[in-house]
Amino acid sequence: MDENKKSIMIKKESIIASFYKALKSFGLALPVLLGVFLLLGLFKIYVSSELISSVFTDGLLRDTALGSMIGSFSAGNPITSYIIGGELLKEGVSLFAVTAFIAAWVTVGVIQLPAEATILGKRFALTRNALSFIFAILVAIATVVTLKVIR
Amino acid sequence: MKSNKKEQMKERNKNLYYGFFFLGVVLVLYAVLFFFDPENICGSLQASLQIIIQIFPVLIIVILIMGIANYFLKPKVVSRHLGAESGVKGWLLAIFIGILSHGPMYIWYPLLKDLHDQGMRTGLVAVFLYNRAIKIPLLPIMIFYFGISFVAVLAIYMVIASVLEGVIIDTIERRTKVRRKDA
Repeated sequence: MDENKKSIMIKKESIIASFYKALKSFGLALPVLLGVFLLLGLFKIYVSSELISSVFTDGLLRDTALGSMIGSFSAGNPITSYIIGGELLKEGVSLFAVTAFIAAWVTVGVIQLPAEATILGKRFALTRNALSFIFAILVAIATVVTLKVIR
Repeated sequence: MKSNKKEQMKERNKNLYYGFFFLGVVLVLYAVLFFFDPENICGSLQASLQIIIQIFPVLIIVILIMGIANYFLKPKVVSRHLGAESGVKGWLLAIFIGILSHGPMYIWYPLLKDLHDQGMRTGLVAVFLYNRAIKIPLLPIMIFYFGISFVAVLAIYMVIASVLEGVIIDTIERRTKVRRKDA
């Protein structure tokens, strides 16, 4: 009986620790998220759809590559990329560019490159990031084309 | 291991510092713009608040799923099942664990280095890192913005891309080794 109680107590502590860890991880991302929310507010008021359209010119490959490039240079919690991507989509940016942006956000890490190269090796880090950049473009094109076919 | 923990702490503090610095810069930007254009800045604040209100319920779900993932998936479990000669099972596990893994990417670098030193294929390291793009706890927020069919199709292509990337990286490594042997 005591053993049972002990194991229940350990499980309880472990569950509490897991959720505490989750809250802590989320807390770490909170300042960036708040900053992003505030920037999006500015973006909504000051950046017009015309301005965005002038950057993303409806050229499929150019827009997708541009989305992948911006995603590669961005870093942080993927939630941020979904929020920015979703808002960009509402502003009229093509789904090709937004998908490439989201895919590159996590898979390519120009800012994290020094850390990755130091721990996992320069050659590996450079090859992996270059390939991920190309794949972000290809994945975006494949995803949007597939969606167009199945819808 | 101790130095790994120290490095993680250092990196975490750096990220927190970066986060607050970023938030500080945005707040300064707001303060400066408020002097020139108070009306639009109030509008911007309102727009931000609207986004936060829309996102808030989804964020709660995200935290809940993150807690559940923390409970079931520990780095030790990952290292136990990703051996050197894992074959197809290794590829599948790298995909699966990559998807299920949580926390920032840098937390996993030291573990991946340890596994690689113990014989884990380089391609599998790439597969693991690529699949971190599909985050189950964050799917509700992605579905909220893009819809379920988009998320499903994107996830499938991400998995395919991760395997292709792993195969290419393995091939490059094999060829480099052969070239070095010949030289």
